[in-house]
Amino acid sequence: MNRLSAGSIGGGGSAASAAGQYRVCGNCRKVPRQEKRVQVSPPLTRGPSAFIPENEVMQANGLDERTNLLVEEYSTSGRLDNITQVMSIHTQYLESFLRSQFYMLRMDGPLPLPYRHYIAIMAAARHQCSYLINMHVDEFLKTGGIAEWLNGLEYIPQRLKNLNEINKLLAHRPWLITKEHIQKLVKTGENNWSLPELVHAVVLLAHYHALASFVFGSGINPERDPDTSNGVRLIAVNNFCVCDLANDNNIENASLTSSNFGIADSLSELEALMERMKRLQEDKEDEEASQEEMDTRFEKEKKESLLVISGAFDDEIVSTDVSRYVEDPGFGYKDFARRGEDHLPTFRAQDYTWENHGFSLVNRLYSDIGHLLDEKFRMVYNLTYNTMATHEDVDTTTLRRALFNYVHCMYGIRYDDYDYGEVNQLLERSLKVYIKTVTCYPERTTKRMYDSYWRQFKHSEKVHVNLLLMEARMQAELLYALRAITRHLT
Amino acid sequence: MEKMARVSTALGGNTLTGRTMFCHLDAPANAISVCRDAAQVVVAGRNIFKIYSIEEEQFVEKLNLRVGRKPSLNFSCADVVWHQMDENLLATAATNGVVVTWNLGKPSRNKQDQLFTEHKRTVNKVCFHPTEVYMLLSGSQDGYMKCFDLRKKDSVSTFSGQSESVRDVQFSIRDYFTFAATFENGNVQLWDIRRPDRYERMFTAHNGPVFCCDWHPEDRGWLATGGRDKMVKVWDMNTTRAKEIYCVQTIASVARVKWRPECKHHIATCSMMVDHNIYVWDVRRPFIPSAMFEEHKDVTTGIVWRHLHDPYFLLSGSKDSTLYQHIFKDASQPIDRANPEGLCYSLYGDLAFAAKESLISSDSNRKPYIGDRRHPIFFKRKLDPTEQFEYISSSSALSVFETDVESGSMDWFVHTAKQYALAGRPLAELCDHNAKVAKGLDRNQVAQTWTMLRIIYSSLGTMSSTNLNHSMGKGSTTLPLMNSFNLKDIPSGLGSESRLDRSKGESRTENILMDSSSTLINNEDNEETEGSDVPADYLLGDVEADEDDLYMMDHENPHAEEQEYSLPQEAFPLRHEIVDNPSALDHLQDKADSPHVSGNEAETVSLTPVESFSLISISHSLYENRLPSDFFNPIVRDTLLFYAEQGDVQTAVSVLIVLGDRIRKEIDEQTQEHWYTSYIDLLQRFQLWNISNEVIKLSTCRAINCLNQASTTLHINCSNCKRPMSNRGWICDRCRQCASMCAVCHHVVKGLFVWCQGCSHGGHLQHIMKWLETSSHCPAGCGHLCEYT
Repeated sequence: MNRLSAGSIGGGGSAASAAGQYRVCGNCRKVPRQEKRVQVSPPLTRGPSAFIPENEVMQANGLDERTNLLVEEYSTSGRLDNITQVMSIHTQYLESFLRSQFYMLRMDGPLPLPYRHYIAIMAAARHQCSYLINMHVDEFLKTGGIAEWLNGLEYIPQRLKNLNEINKLLAHRPWLITKEHIQKLVKTGENNWSLPELVHAVVLLAHYHALASFVFGSGINPERDPDTSNGVRLIAVNNFCVCDLANDNNIENASLTSSNFGIADSLSELEALMERMKRLQEDKEDEEASQEEMDTRFEKEKKESLLVISGAFDDEIVSTDVSRYVEDPGFGYKDFARRGEDHLPTFRAQDYTWENHGFSLVNRLYSDIGHLLDEKFRMVYNLTYNTMATHEDVDTTTLRRALFNYVHCMYGIRYDDYDYGEVNQLLERSLKVYIKTVTCYPERTTKRMYDSYWRQFKHSEKVHVNLLLMEARMQAELLYALRAITRHLT
Repeated sequence: MEKMARVSTALGGNTLTGRTMFCHLDAPANAISVCRDAAQVVVAGRNIFKIYSIEEEQFVEKLNLRVGRKPSLNFSCADVVWHQMDENLLATAATNGVVVTWNLGKPSRNKQDQLFTEHKRTVNKVCFHPTEVYMLLSGSQDGYMKCFDLRKKDSVSTFSGQSESVRDVQFSIRDYFTFAATFENGNVQLWDIRRPDRYERMFTAHNGPVFCCDWHPEDRGWLATGGRDKMVKVWDMNTTRAKEIYCVQTIASVARVKWRPECKHHIATCSMMVDHNIYVWDVRRPFIPSAMFEEHKDVTTGIVWRHLHDPYFLLSGSKDSTLYQHIFKDASQPIDRANPEGLCYSLYGDLAFAAKESLISSDSNRKPYIGDRRHPIFFKRKLDPTEQFEYISSSSALSVFETDVESGSMDWFVHTAKQYALAGRPLAELCDHNAKVAKGLDRNQVAQTWTMLRIIYSSLGTMSSTNLNHSMGKGSTTLPLMNSFNLKDIPSGLGSESRLDRSKGESRTENILMDSSSTLINNEDNEETEGSDVPADYLLGDVEADEDDLYMMDHENPHAEEQEYSLPQEAFPLRHEIVDNPSALDHLQDKADSPHVSGNEAETVSLTPVESFSLISISHSLYENRLPSDFFNPIVRDTLLFYAEQGDVQTAVSVLIVLGDRIRKEIDEQTQEHWYTSYIDLLQRFQLWNISNEVIKLSTCRAINCLNQASTTLHINCSNCKRPMSNRGWICDRCRQCASMCAVCHHVVKGLFVWCQGCSHGGHLQHIMKWLETSSHCPAGCGHLCEYT
């Protein structure tokens, strides 16, 4: 059946979306019969995430430090959103995340504040992430944005509209960005962007694309505290369809913890994984891979990522309150590997690295953001508790690197010094499906996908995975965009 | 590009000759290295690995080392080095983590010699030992450095940096066992090759990755490092702690550094991003490169001096797929284009002027600027003649021109600034007050202006007839005033005003005769004379004021524009967010002073009644033949412009603030901003912080207003452990103690905290205030007589 969700309430002078209009959820339509009538609100589970039980989020190690951080965040931003709460499982990371986000949204920068939030909305809309959209619609209005813009892309100035193209490419196929795109934007004219402004916008876009991945990947619930919705709110909070979170799980399924099925099975899975990791770490050179071998491995991984996703999705019908921020909604991720006639060269990571090149450029044009991003990337790459599920004192470097590089691989970025055979050995198929979904089309993530990989692992570890995916994605987008800017400059 | 300059140098037998030349490579280069005899150069990159011989006129390709059916990642070089002892021996670092050695002596086409696949990640750097034939060192992204003996199949020893990626490794040139390694996290480590377990020394050299380092070829204690933080630093390693002795700030992250042979203080650098030029710096003169090579069109990736003992030939490879030989003679020297003069005004009108000595010595005899009352002083800085500067051969002279005490005195400015009332009272009172202040300082013209303003804008029935005379009086003073400027012997500031005083006396007597009904005509008169006033003064006005003005314009102009570009857009929302705070601050500031209303309130307080007055006065004016105050706006505007032109922005800004909306629209925003910034700058230079802050707060200019909102963070240290407190103001993360306790109630202060600067005890604002009512001693009992302002 088609679940009907309450339409947006067109307040604040925007009459575009008629109040009380009924809408059909795009995803639910695909699975009409599996779902029993589900309550729209409150969301599936209480707490910040639909995937993670509330008590998991709330209890974590280093409580002291964590509370401090949360208190501080609350006192600076006046609220504690669900993203922050879920991320706070990894306190160290959260700190650098918040710092960089605060900087790009609120501190001195080339773009005016309302622009920043609108760009965030545009970015989140590419993945139909109503959670982020709602959040920034509020912020946009609070910072003095023009309410009319919220009626859709036709109402915004041409200058912002020009950003659509790069937003679209960056979100779905960043490898297509060329210096011509940059030139078109900065070309002198009435609506041109200065380079610092453009860099700021690109950083925001990449950040919010990646954050959308995190939101869907961790099943972030819509905010439920009523006091934030006191103000003008154009979109009803609860148009967030439950099926976004759990396509085909009913409530019982959601509360079903992963521990009671296939324990033995998943235990051996874990053991095997650890075994493989150990082997990879110990004897690297026993199987001396030839050059061709390495090439084929990368290609294979790339190709395989093509097949990873199961079941074709049609073009989805996007709810109107999101679609008005989207231009060309049909444009989605197309596998890098399936490039067909136009042979795009692989992005050689060593030729344009974040540390050497990306940082310098970004920091030059938008001062200090480089340091914050650098710290964040470094933090997420090195974050480890040396644990895996129930095991302690495990060196998880290879696993983390595999995750990071696999994301880059899907975006066509290749590391010369990485053996992509490792990815195959370390990442099981269900995990690959999850990774692919979360990074490339996060809006399709389901709870089942989340549950089906690494069943022995703790939720905090899965959040860790999400953080890695998110940052890897952001870095990949930034690398492509910054490389194009560099080429434009030279 | 085809410069024909030919250089030859004798190097103990063989001579290097050549010219600036280049050749196209097939692919971008990542690194280059030269053969010991300076006759060949090897270029390595992802898709290129070739040896060129350096001929007289051109580069000639000698050998392509990239052979084999399929391109291998082992050929994809991040770095290459040519052995300085054995000219057949080369080593490359591959991006896939392999270290390869090459033997040119091999008879086969494939010169590949050995393959070391020990590193897990990209190898960033390889380095041969300067005197040992078989010793090779590598540094990799995986954080390890490995030392290879080329006679063996595996590494001899592995050094773990215990940190992130190794970016560069360099054997010390003189110290047989020592090598330096630089790291991505900003550290530099010194190792003894015999002790792989632990580094000898470590220090943090840069903020962010250290991309490169180079040992000084002569002075063995010197190590140069270059980092992503755009700095080149020279370290003296002879002392127990590495000491930074020179620091050069470049414009982009530094990719390579290479000491220039035979020149103790010269170093060549190229950058990683954005900037394509190669610079040669004299480290003692870090602000301007002594030479610059601008040939490349993309980032320069490798630089190397052609010969160990020849400072005139530099080779470079670049991402733009070219290989260049640069000749020093053809280098551009930015110093030739630099402006060697400096000029600056002091607060009191003294002028300092620095220039090349040669320029000064001829000029100083003529003394073109120097009037009778100004005394030039000369300072000369002669450089140490023993130092052999190639490009720093000039010495400069600094001259200071002093103005004499009387005319230079700025006391009136300070007094006026302190005593003026700008807001918080009705307009009439403000004007009266300010007029009194001006009069008290013998500035009658200004006093007159204030009185006039009061009449124009807030005329009550009582003052109409009598004060009109004043306004006319001002108008007619202008004629005698002009005369007064002709008397040059009178010090300008004082002279004109005393003169004014006299003339005013005269004019007043005239004016008494006039009828109040003729106001209209007189006002027109007024306008005219005012108008003519400005050019007259501009011609005759004293030099000092004009120069002052000029200076301020120059200084403030770019600043103001910049602000206009970036700030206003943000200023709006920011202001809305913290709209509560200013009033809170007001309480803090004004606790001892007279009650004070914050800007906006003051505006409304003074505005509404006055507005109604003027309405009344209009109705009166029908009856009294008076005009609406708007009529005078052009005159007032001209008055303000006149003052500003004269260099007295103080009056202009004060009037602007006091009149507020009445006059604001008459003057364009940019001019207003100009005045504000100039005045604020002056106030700050006189350290009148409170007043400058008040002006900022009262200003109606957006760009000025938000000056107060920049850098509002206050950094504090914990009172226990003296470390900076990062998170909250009241609890220290390190010592886990509440740092800011109220000395009165012994609770933690989380809001407004006030403390005595003498004994650093303090507490809740209210508590301390209450305490001080009864006692002047510190509430903490330390015996200090607390001082609060």
